[in-house]
Amino acid sequence: MKHYSAFAIAREALRGHTGWERAWRAASPKKHYDVIIVGAGGHGLATAYYLGKNFGITNVAVIEKGWLGGGNTGRNTTIIRSNYLQDPSAAIYEKSRSLYETMSQDLNYNVMYSPRGVMMLAQTEHEVRGYRRTAHANALQGVETQFITPERVKELCPIIELKGPRYPVLGALWQPRAGTARHDAVAWGYARACSAMGMDIIQKCEVTGVRSENGRVTGVSTSKGEIGCDKLCMVVAGHSGHLAEMAGFRLPIESVALQALVSEPIKPCMDVVVMANTVHGYMSQSDKGEMVIGGGADGYNNYTQRGSFHHIEETVRALIETFPMISRLKMLRQWGGIVDMTGDRSPIISTTPLTGCFINCGWGTGGFKAIPGSGWATAEMIAKGTPGPLAAEFGLNRFREGRFIDESVAAGVAH
Amino acid sequence: MLILTCPYCGVRADETELAPGGEAHVARHGPGASDEAFEAYLFLRANPRGLHYERWRHAHGCGKWFHAARDTVTMGVVGTYPAQVTEPPAELSRPRGS
Repeated sequence: MKHYSAFAIAREALRGHTGWERAWRAASPKKHYDVIIVGAGGHGLATAYYLGKNFGITNVAVIEKGWLGGGNTGRNTTIIRSNYLQDPSAAIYEKSRSLYETMSQDLNYNVMYSPRGVMMLAQTEHEVRGYRRTAHANALQGVETQFITPERVKELCPIIELKGPRYPVLGALWQPRAGTARHDAVAWGYARACSAMGMDIIQKCEVTGVRSENGRVTGVSTSKGEIGCDKLCMVVAGHSGHLAEMAGFRLPIESVALQALVSEPIKPCMDVVVMANTVHGYMSQSDKGEMVIGGGADGYNNYTQRGSFHHIEETVRALIETFPMISRLKMLRQWGGIVDMTGDRSPIISTTPLTGCFINCGWGTGGFKAIPGSGWATAEMIAKGTPGPLAAEFGLNRFREGRFIDESVAAGVAH
Repeated sequence: MLILTCPYCGVRADETELAPGGEAHVARHGPGASDEAFEAYLFLRANPRGLHYERWRHAHGCGKWFHAARDTVTMGVVGTYPAQVTEPPAELSRPRGS
């Protein structure tokens, strides 16, 4: 792998950019790998990367039925934050956020991490109490957040209307080191680093079956033939239930569409991320100048990557009250991603009933921010065979044992 | 927009008039049930890519709960049927045309 640097750009500029090589190799499957990871989204690639970097396991294949980063990694609103109420959540999301801080240097790939600050508006008295409590919890967890006044909100984000008729701004939970990153670059950067370590990234290769002997995983059947492995990890978000069925177990997951949309590009007007959980809307401005808006999830199962129109209507209607200046913006694109929702709205990083088979799923509406932390914890679990401290609380058995990590109450819906 | 016909009042209602109620025909186990059975009732879901039986409430209409058979990939509605059954009627057990 050639190192990207200012010098490399200057060198290539002088010779007509003929010396750039492909960021990752197009690989065809070998007969057998130590570890196969199904799903080349952010979480799958990060898992492979930390398997190599932290544990020296590089005989790894990442197989993907579509193209690299073409699922929810390329469909989210790129928000990164770690202001969660529950301790296990704060631990893994803060680990993740801190890894984002140095990711561009670690991967030698510019992921454009922008710690511009995230504020979650409190628009009801209940939210004020809830976020004050979260700020106290974060102080104990070592996550830097504070509850700020409406005046401070207006200073940080002048385009906000504080005294809207239905949704007045009563304060906000402010995390100054939270922010955004370039979502595709995260997947591409990890893929390049994995490929450089000798791992195979195999695209357009759909898993059609999971093979096992005596309760132990031995490989997968794919559209490119049989591939053997010692350990298998499924990291396929919305399609986890489908894959788990092949491996012979069920999951506490339902898949629904979550929508986002972007406006036409406008001049810089907002340099923070604002989330308004009461109205299920959040907004930030991309580097291109588009206002990036995230909405609510559908209330019923579907795999359409489209979403219901009335959710967008509700989100935009409410955001216009909070940001009156966006009322005349034209919206350019709208899309949906299939999110995997668990009963307690917290993820699953777990061993499974099939020995040697691991699963990472259930990130629901909040997976992008968790990519590095999730990969770190999942790699540790695969390498050691049991979950480490970051992943321990996120086991599948918590649903049977009633040990929920209840972020559906703690974080509201926008997650 | 998703449109379902309420089997009670006959109104063709779009989804803003309805409240989704999740997977249908999930077996509820009584007192003394095992942890596994109760986990299955509370959390484990079929989550199919394809035909899905689900509960809906005609919330802004007659207020009744009913069942619907719907394809989660095509969003095609196969049919709706009353709530007082423990399994879907035979004619709705497969998507139309397949």
